[in-house]
Amino acid sequence: MNPVNNSSFSNNRLVNWFSLSSPSTFYPVAGKLIPIFWVLTVVFGLAGLWISFFVAPVDAVQGQGYRIIFIHVPVSWMSMFIYLVMAAWAGLGLIFNTRLSAMMAQALAPVGAWMAFLSLWTGAFWGKPMWGAWWVWDARLTSELILLFLYLGFMALQASIDNRRRADKAGAILALVGVVNVPIIYFSVKWWNTLHQGASVSLTKAPAMAQTMLWGMLLMALCLWMYSIAVGLMRVRAIILEREAHTDWVRQLSEVKS
Amino acid sequence: MWNSPAEFFAMGGYALYVWSSFGAGALVLLLEPLVVRARFKAIVRRLKQEQLAEQFDKESSQ
Repeated sequence: MNPVNNSSFSNNRLVNWFSLSSPSTFYPVAGKLIPIFWVLTVVFGLAGLWISFFVAPVDAVQGQGYRIIFIHVPVSWMSMFIYLVMAAWAGLGLIFNTRLSAMMAQALAPVGAWMAFLSLWTGAFWGKPMWGAWWVWDARLTSELILLFLYLGFMALQASIDNRRRADKAGAILALVGVVNVPIIYFSVKWWNTLHQGASVSLTKAPAMAQTMLWGMLLMALCLWMYSIAVGLMRVRAIILEREAHTDWVRQLSEVKS
Repeated sequence: MWNSPAEFFAMGGYALYVWSSFGAGALVLLLEPLVVRARFKAIVRRLKQEQLAEQFDKESSQ
């Protein structure tokens, strides 16, 4: 009846969020956001490291060796969280067929893979002095290793298919099927008898550790979160240019014009 | 908590494990952005060269 009202729905807003789903509008916005997230990364990182090394008290059982917790737990959280975000973007791309969603998933996979790698690496360097072994085939460790393989598999699958849209679809299906692994990692210490200790922080119980330790872990996790966004946005900008190289808007960009 | 820098770096005998963990983390967080920046610069360079090539093409055909 009234077409004027319909168009005002999306036009009379401060920020038109729908328009951001197009690579050409998202590209410059991402460029402006990147420095903000780098500043936040540094601020949270310095605060987190300060608490990790100078505020948190020494552990009664593990001595100074326990300080690995301040990097091990945050990278492990991020490895699972990034996987969920990546799968969500991949799923959105599969359902709505939006170009940018698939690019976001592709941009996040390497960050997540690095986080999973660091989780295993720091875990090995914590396990050796405390358990006497770099690696055990324990449920928590094994499921985290599978998470790393899922990331690598997602990246390899996408790289092995020449047709971009087919690569996006195949990758999205792999990512979505792999989501089943995330709760397995998270609950592995409850479901099986593992060498790995239980959850350090629980949503339902009061934390079983000093408040300062909790703050150190949270600040380090925030630092890694901001880092993941910053580096993810940097990578998605490169991917946008690579995939949209033939379009007019890319040719009109000031950084491309000669 | 720490009486000297040497004590801090010794980490109560766990120096190898603590610094290998934090060192690997720092290395990844430093190298990954550099790799991504190189990828970005490479695609911008390619796009610039393509535009330049088109310009030459146009000029020479005139």
